Amino acid sequence: MKHVKCECGHVNPHGTILCEACGRVLQESEKDKKLVDMRYEGSARRSQTYNKTIIDKIWNFFSSVKVGVWLIVITLIASALGTILPQEMYIPPVMPAAEYYEDQYGWIGKLYYELGFHNLYSSWWYLVLIASIGISLVICSLDRMIPLWRALKAQRVARHEGFLKRQRIFGVSEASNLDVSYEKIKERLKAKRYNIREEDGNILAEKGRFSRWGPYVNHIGLIIFLIGGMLRFVPGMYIDEVLWVREGETKVIPETDGQYYLKNNKFILEVYDKDKDNKAFSNAIEEKGMVAKNYQSDVTLYKKKGETVAGQAPELEKVKDYSIKVNEPLKFEGYALYQVSYKLDELNQMTFRLNKKDSEESFGEIKIDLNDPKDRYDLGNGYAVEVVSYFPDFEFDDSGEPITKSKVPNNPAFVFKMISPDKKDGEISFVAIQQTIEPFGDNEYKMNFAGIDTKHVSSITVRKDLTLWIIALGGLIFMIGVAQGSYWNHRRIWLRRVNDEVWIAGHTNKNWHGLKREIQSVLEGTGIDDPEDQVQKETKE
Amino acid sequence: MKKRRLVIRTIILLILGAAVAYTLYANFTKDDIKKVVIGEQAPDFVLVDLNGEEHRLSDYKGQGVFLNFWGTYCKPCEKEMPYMDNQYKQFKDKGVQTLAVNVGESELSVSKFAERHKLTFPIVLDKDGQVQTAYKIGALPATFMIDKDGKVVKYHTGQLTEEMIKELMEQVQP
Repeated sequence: MKHVKCECGHVNPHGTILCEACGRVLQESEKDKKLVDMRYEGSARRSQTYNKTIIDKIWNFFSSVKVGVWLIVITLIASALGTILPQEMYIPPVMPAAEYYEDQYGWIGKLYYELGFHNLYSSWWYLVLIASIGISLVICSLDRMIPLWRALKAQRVARHEGFLKRQRIFGVSEASNLDVSYEKIKERLKAKRYNIREEDGNILAEKGRFSRWGPYVNHIGLIIFLIGGMLRFVPGMYIDEVLWVREGETKVIPETDGQYYLKNNKFILEVYDKDKDNKAFSNAIEEKGMVAKNYQSDVTLYKKKGETVAGQAPELEKVKDYSIKVNEPLKFEGYALYQVSYKLDELNQMTFRLNKKDSEESFGEIKIDLNDPKDRYDLGNGYAVEVVSYFPDFEFDDSGEPITKSKVPNNPAFVFKMISPDKKDGEISFVAIQQTIEPFGDNEYKMNFAGIDTKHVSSITVRKDLTLWIIALGGLIFMIGVAQGSYWNHRRIWLRRVNDEVWIAGHTNKNWHGLKREIQSVLEGTGIDDPEDQVQKETKE
Repeated sequence: MKKRRLVIRTIILLILGAAVAYTLYANFTKDDIKKVVIGEQAPDFVLVDLNGEEHRLSDYKGQGVFLNFWGTYCKPCEKEMPYMDNQYKQFKDKGVQTLAVNVGESELSVSKFAERHKLTFPIVLDKDGQVQTAYKIGALPATFMIDKDGKVVKYHTGQLTEEMIKELMEQVQP
């Protein structure tokens, strides 16, 4: 490997543009330039200089900011594509995904499915993209931070004339009485919290070098954030499931190994009352008609006692009663149960009366549990009703046959057989909501709708997240990095005696105006002229 | 110096590569953990059929089991039911049992459905969804083939033809 030995005696890594120690321009091509490129202090970005083994080639690929930007752009486009049609996890489980997409969206759906966009965010290539961004972050940062750190550490007080001359802020003054002036300048610089190094009548004043590490601290935060995201794939670290429970129902809580059960005692939806609540809301309430005040599920948590096989009725032990409200989850053993949604007034029971058509005489009432109807209801005195068919979510299919769309009693329909002493074989009647069909001609009896009972259904999110603190830590470090890089400036001022002259140069990573003002106030009344801003001068000319 | 650089770079790339490889691996096995693992023991269960008889999966050790999850509202399920019934009759004396698990509908709906299609194989009711949770059932129909040792050998979602059912049953025939 070739090192570059500067005339000042410092040995620089191969590829260095400005000598780390004295700032002398080392590359011929840079010598013609009026101003030096101070990015990364003119240090050798390693990646750009070695390209021999396969490892170097991989390294160099990821070290390129251009590659990093493209990776981000591609990831953004891919993420956007994933939102065009619903992801597989959100489609209703009525048929396999392969059929569902084509059925719902035609050939576009089919293509979408075949290209794997239905499961985009956990597809291998999407994960590879995200991982590549992570790798690019690590390598880009290492490849820039280490040389920069080296260069800032190795810098000497006395900088080469060529370096000073090519700084944006630069000036030359004839000076007498320099020693007095120097004392004054040093005092003022100290008051402005500069670190001062002095060597042979040359001064280097520097402050805020800390600001240069901001971007790298920021990247460390991002990497920690990504690690947190990665940990979600580790079994047991992250759970996010939905559980629908009807009032009065007890269900096993998913992902708890069948250990915990939840009973929904009551779902409560409260709205703001125009008269009772704060008058300030009354306009809003009038405008919207209804404003929700509280969503609440009163639940009981149970733990299973002993071992059971799936399907066996477990013996349950009550753990506690709790009212789950929005932002007030029920927490137990690292799990949290959140109120997430609800369904009001799901049909639960229907009541019918058996009537004679002409006299409207009633022979009794039957109450049908829509989730578990009986096949025969006896009314006494020789009257009875048989349920021949039951369709909880009724509709007519293409061939005109009654079918059910789901197991949920959204739109119940029945085929009843009405048995009476004078019609011992029974009369058949098809009864749906607001609809009665008598398929075998006119009946003498009919089923009169008498009422419904409804129940609310609560939707509960089951969440367990052990990665949250890592993600929060990553976010915090990210913000510290942003603040560090934004609110501090790295400023340097060089003073150098060249024969009877004083050469003065300044550099900052941002806010040049601030640096110029600072130099002005430091030099005031010392007889040394203010340096010029060579960029501004150039544009003026 | 040059060697050290190569070593450091190799180590860093290896660490990053290992992290990525693990994430991909975990992501792909995630689905396997969700479903019942092929080649592993099928989760045991006890359910009651329409005639009030208990069926425990582990009682069928020594026989193959055609385990089907279905609902009356699921069209493909309805279509494959007659095929299942035919093959059930062919294979029940050759050591392959058929168990159809209904996904928590009312007994009335299920028994009327069974009557209408004249189904003879045992239909068990998973009222509170415990068995569906254990088998991570999503889309219907879902079919598991379980061999004589109680291991899952095959998993299929979507409608089966009679030919496919026959082949599946032959696979687990002891």
